[in-house]
Amino acid sequence: MTDQETTSNSIDTNSSIAGWPNRIKQLAAMREFILLMVIIVFTILMTLASPIFLTRLNIEAILLALSVEATIAIGMVILLISGGLDLSVGSTLAFVGVVTGLVLTAGAGTVLSILVGLFAAFSVGLLNGLLVAKLKINPFITTLGTMITIRGLLLILAEGRAVLNLPKSFTIIGQGRLFGIQYPIFVLLFLVIIGDLLLRNSRFFRQSYYIGGNENAARLSGINVDFVKVFNYCLVAVLAGIAGLMITARFGSSSLTVGQGIELRVITACIIGGASLSGGEGSVLGAFLGALFMGMLANALNLLGVDVYYQSFITGLILILAVVFDVLNERRKATST
Amino acid sequence: MKYLLRTEGLSKSFPGVQAVDQVSFGLRQGEILALVGENGAGKSTLMQMLCGVQRPESGSFYLDDQEMNFFSAHDALNAGISMVFQELSLVNGISIAENIFANRQPVGRVNNIKWRELRSQTRQLLHRFNLELDPAMLVKRLPMGKKQVLEILKAISNDPKILILDEPTSSLTEAEIIDLFNIIRNLQMEGMSFIFITHKLREVFQLADQVMVMRDGRYVGTHKVDQVTEDELVAMMVGREITDMYGSASYEEDSREEYFRVDRFSRKDVFKDISFGLQRGEILGLAGLVGAGRTELARSIFGIDPKDTGKISLDGAEIEIRNPQKAIDQGIAYLTEDRKGQGLFLNMTIFENLIAPVLKEFTNRFGILVRKQISSDVNHRVEEFNIITPSITQKMLNLSGGNQQKSMIAMWMGINPKVTFFDEPTRGVDVGARSEIYHKIRELAEKGTGIVIISSDLPELIGICDRILVIHQGQITGEVTRNDFSEELIMAYAAGIKNHKQH
Repeated sequence: MTDQETTSNSIDTNSSIAGWPNRIKQLAAMREFILLMVIIVFTILMTLASPIFLTRLNIEAILLALSVEATIAIGMVILLISGGLDLSVGSTLAFVGVVTGLVLTAGAGTVLSILVGLFAAFSVGLLNGLLVAKLKINPFITTLGTMITIRGLLLILAEGRAVLNLPKSFTIIGQGRLFGIQYPIFVLLFLVIIGDLLLRNSRFFRQSYYIGGNENAARLSGINVDFVKVFNYCLVAVLAGIAGLMITARFGSSSLTVGQGIELRVITACIIGGASLSGGEGSVLGAFLGALFMGMLANALNLLGVDVYYQSFITGLILILAVVFDVLNERRKATST
Repeated sequence: MKYLLRTEGLSKSFPGVQAVDQVSFGLRQGEILALVGENGAGKSTLMQMLCGVQRPESGSFYLDDQEMNFFSAHDALNAGISMVFQELSLVNGISIAENIFANRQPVGRVNNIKWRELRSQTRQLLHRFNLELDPAMLVKRLPMGKKQVLEILKAISNDPKILILDEPTSSLTEAEIIDLFNIIRNLQMEGMSFIFITHKLREVFQLADQVMVMRDGRYVGTHKVDQVTEDELVAMMVGREITDMYGSASYEEDSREEYFRVDRFSRKDVFKDISFGLQRGEILGLAGLVGAGRTELARSIFGIDPKDTGKISLDGAEIEIRNPQKAIDQGIAYLTEDRKGQGLFLNMTIFENLIAPVLKEFTNRFGILVRKQISSDVNHRVEEFNIITPSITQKMLNLSGGNQQKSMIAMWMGINPKVTFFDEPTRGVDVGARSEIYHKIRELAEKGTGIVIISSDLPELIGICDRILVIHQGQITGEVTRNDFSEELIMAYAAGIKNHKQH
């Protein structure tokens, strides 16, 4: 998948150290690989259990359903890697929907309205980032505060009513199709690919690993820690904004309650995908696969006619299992070296 | 010969302390300068100014006769001054290559990292120091010693003119220290200059050309190592002479009964078939290389970690220790090597720490803590153990290493232990406080407490113990009594070259 894992070492000075078997072992130990295997096995089992599962319509339904969570997860995983956390993404998502909706109904053009919406998201991210990076307020508390504040602010702005009847030029973002597939799916896949490539290969984005791994050491390596932190909060907020635009366009109206509880689902996806709340670990691909797995599971339970109440129960179990697996795996490796 | 690096009256103060006071010194090209002094002498702060982490308040310093003015560690790196800090700066979740070239990965046109180049550069660097490691390996899979070496590789990957090392050997095994010193000497041959902060005076004489002493933020003097003795250095560091570092033993062999016995302790892959007895008032040392299983053994005896087989008897009766509470109830104390991580509640006050293991004693029958009794008892112990602090409500993290260690001892003496395990009792503790700790240990032994000391500092074990057991790869390979103490003999057992069971 990436250069990091699969480049052969033909030009390296001493290729006897790390031969192919070693590389394969490393690949197999990667969380993304394990998760991919689980997803494949799950797909095979589900295909046997339900003829609908592997149809184009169902796959599209799964992707569309998870496009909101997964888009935010791209930013959230980068933030988690750098040792941050954002609980306000759900409020930001709804906030952007309301702001854009209000600007649109006031008669502004679609592009301008979208820009205003994204700027609103950016502002929330900037506020979070500055509070965390400059004033050193704990991220959990900071974003818990903004989560509640922004939800309140959007209720005030919308005067407690959903913004209805958004123009077609806007709703097409969420409802339009290319090759028969809805736009949000393309947006999601595009962002995942770009996000993963950047986080793996760009020096700027890799700074987050150093910051989450050891903040002081990162500072001493010449990394502008505060800037990267603020950037990451803005990034996740803007991605939440994009998710907010897509969902608002899909519904054709700005809901005031949309996105509630989404922050925990997004963090869950990141952690299933290999991120850690203590920072320094994780990847965009992992977070996406984590979200995909959760989405497939919800879909499968629906198809199998399992009561909706079980979904939360089972998702929770899987989160706990993933973390237990991690702990045991680390312990095994620690004793074997 | 003129100086490569020269400082003139460097000063820096923090609220309440003049950390560095008018320090002027020089370092010549290709020289290894050892920097010694007690904790709080200002060594680290002085070095931090040279490598851009702290800004001097006054004074200046010159590299190649050019005045330097650093605003960040990055500036210092670019000028050719690189520092290896005491705390590891490695990130566990990423590869060796990315750790060494942290934020300096070779990049292409769009700021994309060139992995192939990064790995090959890393491999060359590792190869130069005979480390056969895969650059793509994650750092969390490496043992401690390798991480320390990696830290140094990271610093020299920059090709600095001057490399500053802050106590690089504190967590290394003897063999790793030898490797490290060889690396440093090779680099010296290539013209690199070094400033080496250490608490182990033996290393000064092993490695350095010159030794500089600091005390209370001031420069005391610089000497050629062959023109100064260890005792003179200690006197310069503490500002007075320490005549009797370890105290003298009063214990007579076989004069007392064996009252504590560990019998056939085993834990798979950690230690095997370990038995030893302890007499009242005896100070027993456990020597061995880091990783030989000594700490693990003590943790199992104390009930922190499980054991597979083994029995403990105390005062003639077999006792079962399933958890630390049981051990404390039986009068066994274990003072961990990891003072900051596991030994103390750093964010809490001195008095809260000191009463932690004995809360019961200060509680009335309604379960309420009795404040008055606590403060008199704690004040008494702070005085008895000579813990230097403005008040007992000071937070533990504000104390120096030596005072923290003394606090930990005071804390555990509260349970009136019958047997006390000290794990690395003087790690990161300066000379003055060290001597105090040795005398405290002796005092305890004289009162009849049996003492077991785990230490990687051989002169320390030889100085204080009555008997030393040597552990190699989880098994006892030798037992040496005071009359036969020698570093060579103990090292031979510790390295597994010699095994008394074979004779």
